[in-house]
Amino acid sequence: MADPFLSIQNIQKTFAATTVVKDFDLDVGRGEFVSFLGPSGCGKTTVLRMVAGFEEPTAGAIVIGGKDVTRLKPNQRNIGMVFQAYALFPNLTVAQNIAFGLKVAGVSKPDTEKRVGEMLSLIKLPEFGDRFPYQLSGGQQQRVALARALAPKPKLLLLDEPLSALDAKVRVSLRDEIRAIQKDLGITTIFVTHDQEEALSISDRIVVMFGGKAEQVGTPFEIYNRPQTRFVANFVGTLNVLEGTVSDASAGKVRINSEDILVKDKLNGSRTGDTLSLALRPEAIALGRRAGHDAMLNGEITDVHFLGSVIRVKVGVGGSTVSLDTFNNPSTPPPKVGDRTEISFASGDLLVLH
Amino acid sequence: MKSGRFWAWVTFAVGAAYFFIPLIATLEFSLRMRRGTYSLDAYRVVLGDPRFQATFTYSVVVALLTILLGVLIVVPTAYWIRLRMPQIRPVVEFVTLLPLIIPAIVIVFGYIRMYGSSSPLPFLANARTTDLLLVIGYATLALPYMYRAVDTGLRTIDVRTLTEAAQILGAGWTTIIVRVILPNVLIAVLSGAFLTFAIVIGEFTMASLLNRPAFGPYLQNIGANRAYEPAALAIIAFAITWGCMSVIQVLSRFAPRPANRPN
Repeated sequence: MADPFLSIQNIQKTFAATTVVKDFDLDVGRGEFVSFLGPSGCGKTTVLRMVAGFEEPTAGAIVIGGKDVTRLKPNQRNIGMVFQAYALFPNLTVAQNIAFGLKVAGVSKPDTEKRVGEMLSLIKLPEFGDRFPYQLSGGQQQRVALARALAPKPKLLLLDEPLSALDAKVRVSLRDEIRAIQKDLGITTIFVTHDQEEALSISDRIVVMFGGKAEQVGTPFEIYNRPQTRFVANFVGTLNVLEGTVSDASAGKVRINSEDILVKDKLNGSRTGDTLSLALRPEAIALGRRAGHDAMLNGEITDVHFLGSVIRVKVGVGGSTVSLDTFNNPSTPPPKVGDRTEISFASGDLLVLH
Repeated sequence: MKSGRFWAWVTFAVGAAYFFIPLIATLEFSLRMRRGTYSLDAYRVVLGDPRFQATFTYSVVVALLTILLGVLIVVPTAYWIRLRMPQIRPVVEFVTLLPLIIPAIVIVFGYIRMYGSSSPLPFLANARTTDLLLVIGYATLALPYMYRAVDTGLRTIDVRTLTEAAQILGAGWTTIIVRVILPNVLIAVLSGAFLTFAIVIGEFTMASLLNRPAFGPYLQNIGANRAYEPAALAIIAFAITWGCMSVIQVLSRFAPRPANRPN
């Protein structure tokens, strides 16, 4: 990235003898929405806390807007942050909570009142200024927390799993609201989550983290469709993994369940006779033959789950089980367990896991 | 079930009688100063006594200073321990309990030896510095109550997240303690403050051995030389203590309510 707004340069964090973040490197452009996605303990929150200034990196540097902030205290960084636990001040009303950062910054009373009004409108709670946090639902509290973080016009917005404590419906609507506000304000945002659907739906780019390292950085499309490591492939989305043997390395052929599948240039140096793990997303597989699908495998239906608009079918292929999704069609009965079937896919959709 | 309830009431009645009968007897005795009829003469005499007014005022001022010192020491300490050094909490709790184990007379003799007029820190050299030493001594005596009250208050809020939320909004430590932490533990602090007040108002040993004109030594002096007035003073002291307890109860209704926290 030519001129990154946030530059995290080879940071490392060690607690006692444990290194929780290892050589983490990332550039974030101005106005970009980047999500840190990973399982618990992968170091995503620690990186966020280092950006906020709550933790000091053991090594490396953090640069925001061209200024090295690595050793600056959190209250000197002009960053907004929303916490998982809301963290509204219980003794202050909604309006006073939103005004807190402005008062600390010494903004005049009329300007503070104007800004608080703007923020209340932004989060669509204009009538809630006089309420106390305990009088709000979880979703409303988190919107107030977002308004409070944005009120002092921070350079950077950090969101630490802000939706994980909310129920599913509120989570989806608030996630869309956050993204709309972020786009509207054009504020550079880092979003920490362990929910892949959340990350895929609102991010410009996703950093998938594991074991304190960035496994892969890419757009949601790239992360989902072109995972570069086995961890990313397994962590993001549902994945069918088939074991195959390279039958002809020069021709790019892999044998799965006595069928030769052409994977062409994806062998990545594997030789004839090598065993490979091949992965396929459920939506890339079809029951029966389909135009554009050049690879075919035979199997037996072992399970059928009716999920409403989608039917998830499990097919036993050799020693493996493959999951695939088909749309529900009211005029066609769902497949039956025990039926012999063919499944097809485009060999180009196969991912070779290394 | 019914039998258990019966014995519970019996136990309650015995306890109440143990507590209230001497109190009622004292009250009744305090009203008998005028021969053959009940009157408030003893209270009139006590409240009209210039020494009562002087010693009571002195003790109230000392109590207020003790509360101020206690709050200044305990609130930042308890806050910092919860925030940054939770591992030393058991040690600090033990230290704050020491004034309950070590008698006040031992503490005051230690003070007299340590801070005599020939020591490098001659607190006992004049009346004002002795008053200061008395305030410090009382803050020590009240420490178990003040620390526990504040620590309990801090337990009801998410100290770390609230601190970080204030920090990221630009607040420094003073702003965080004064505008975020203190208002949210104010009721707990007031509970500690009223307990401190109740302790200081009736304290005898330290004030007497440091020779200060406090309410405790005055109570003792009146008790040794008069008949009805000590009973009236005991009732007044009870009323003050109960008044403090009632104020704690009333104030606790106005405590900031914690927001719905996520699970």
